[in-house]
Amino acid sequence: MFRLILRRLAISVAVLWLVSLLVFVATLLLPGDPARAILGQQATPERIAALNEQLGLDAPVWQRYLDWLGGVLTGDLGTSAASQGPVTELLGGRIGASLVLLVGAAVISTAGGLALGTWSALRRGRAVDHTVSGISLVVAALPEFVIGVALIVVLSTTVLPVFPSVTLAPPGEPVWSQPIQLVLPILTLTLVVTPYITRMMRATMSEVLDSGYIEMARLKGLPERVVITRHAVPHAIGPVAQVVAIQLAWLAGGVVVVEFLFRYPGIGQALIDAVNNRDVAVVQAITLLIAGVYIVVNLIADIVGIMTNPKLRAEVSR
Amino acid sequence: MTATTTRPTLLRRALALPQAKIGLALTTVVVAVALLGPWVGPWLTGHDTTGFAGKPFQSGGIAGTDGLGRDVLTRFLAGGLTLLIYAVLATALGLVLGAALGMVAGYSGGRLDSLIMRGSDVLLSFPQLVFALLAIAMIGPEGWLLVLVIGITHAPRVARVARQSTVAVKDADFIRAARMYALPRRRILLREVLPNITGPLMVELGLRLTYSIGYVASLSFLGLGIQPPTADWGLMINENRIALVVEPWGVLLPVLAIAVLTVGTNLITDSLASAAARSSDATTSHTAKEASA
Repeated sequence: MFRLILRRLAISVAVLWLVSLLVFVATLLLPGDPARAILGQQATPERIAALNEQLGLDAPVWQRYLDWLGGVLTGDLGTSAASQGPVTELLGGRIGASLVLLVGAAVISTAGGLALGTWSALRRGRAVDHTVSGISLVVAALPEFVIGVALIVVLSTTVLPVFPSVTLAPPGEPVWSQPIQLVLPILTLTLVVTPYITRMMRATMSEVLDSGYIEMARLKGLPERVVITRHAVPHAIGPVAQVVAIQLAWLAGGVVVVEFLFRYPGIGQALIDAVNNRDVAVVQAITLLIAGVYIVVNLIADIVGIMTNPKLRAEVSR
Repeated sequence: MTATTTRPTLLRRALALPQAKIGLALTTVVVAVALLGPWVGPWLTGHDTTGFAGKPFQSGGIAGTDGLGRDVLTRFLAGGLTLLIYAVLATALGLVLGAALGMVAGYSGGRLDSLIMRGSDVLLSFPQLVFALLAIAMIGPEGWLLVLVIGITHAPRVARVARQSTVAVKDADFIRAARMYALPRRRILLREVLPNITGPLMVELGLRLTYSIGYVASLSFLGLGIQPPTADWGLMINENRIALVVEPWGVLLPVLAIAVLTVGTNLITDSLASAAARSSDATTSHTAKEASA
């Protein structure tokens, strides 16, 4: 089992390296001359040459990649073209703010999805089951910003104007100083991923509940609560872990739209600003960061999968 | 020797399901608005999409004006076409590319398989929207780039499904027979394998179309997709949300249209997945249950 996990770990590191290569190569797509893009059309050739040298753009491509990768590994993410400050400084406080959203939504949607899925599976074919399936089918189809705007319409402006539709905290103040402003962003992200977790949990639990060992446990006379919590749920968790991970990784992308919608001072908002400003170093740093989170979450899911289900071994070692 | 296609029966079985009928109705309404709106709008309201129709955020006419004094209803009616075209093109690109890569990987096995699937893993390491933003940051918010980048990020997700289904059929008797006749590989893939994996691929088609609509609309909403002054639903939501309380129609109409459209396509997808799962066909998989991020 440890060899399997090590192997999986090695694959993740390799993928992460390839991702870094891709993020770097993307910058080569920048049309024309980055120095000219920064300095504008009126720049003199001397200034462009000087900036190219300052940015290290006169070196060959492979050397620029190695320099950049070395910087990333030692915590130097370069300089933001827009703010002229180091990228790490720009991202420092924002990472925490985004993590608040991600962790909040992850905890609520995982717990909620598992509970709803189990509940549906236990009442298969009844009204509750159909309602849960129907609602999750509808919500699963909606893009993040549609859910967010709908929540703003209902909970911020018209029916029940309780929660703020934008982030209130002034820049510099931590976002959790006014917890009420976290409600709608977290709720939006939660609604985005819960339907998938619910559907997967329902499907897996249905299968488990039909299996011989559950029948056996019931025939033994175990109380239904013990049958569910001790025998059914643990067997369903392994396969569901993968889907939960995919969904939590999805949050890392969904957070971009949600932060933009609620003007929330996280890395997603920073990414949009950086794309608008063509602030390459910041775009590189954030995409790499999000891809990193994505890879790590999936890695954890696979490890959970390997540890909870020996049958998975063959599949993972493909 | 030609394998029987499962497609007509799968479609018919899917369309017999109640959610398919609802989904088809919802989708048809929005698609009709998107296709006819650009021509009906000016005739109906007497305004065009960029012309001045009144003061900013004024409640004249049916749905009032937006922040630049343009007629909201006209812009709403015209705002679905570009979104729809981009989404359909991106889906088609992703499906064709993904199915081709997946079938080749699954059928060939060995090194080519590893190469294609490891390459997919790299693309799968980005949320699709973030990958699109990376590309847009470098090249700019061009229409062709939206289609290209959304299509390319769909491809590895489609490829996984196509590969899995191909592996399931590649040692079936009729394909071994085709190999014994020494038919060229391309012919085997197109004439023998492809007709037998249409079930999962149609589910993918529906799923990817739903996501494509969401991504194009999201990118436009972020200001990085379809660009002003084009009338577009995603863009309109961003342009008009500051006046949500005063003039809600500029936000509500496009939000509703996108919601109804994606719910409609998702219901159709769900019916396809249910029909495929219920069929005894061994090649159909449980695609729709997978979240496919």
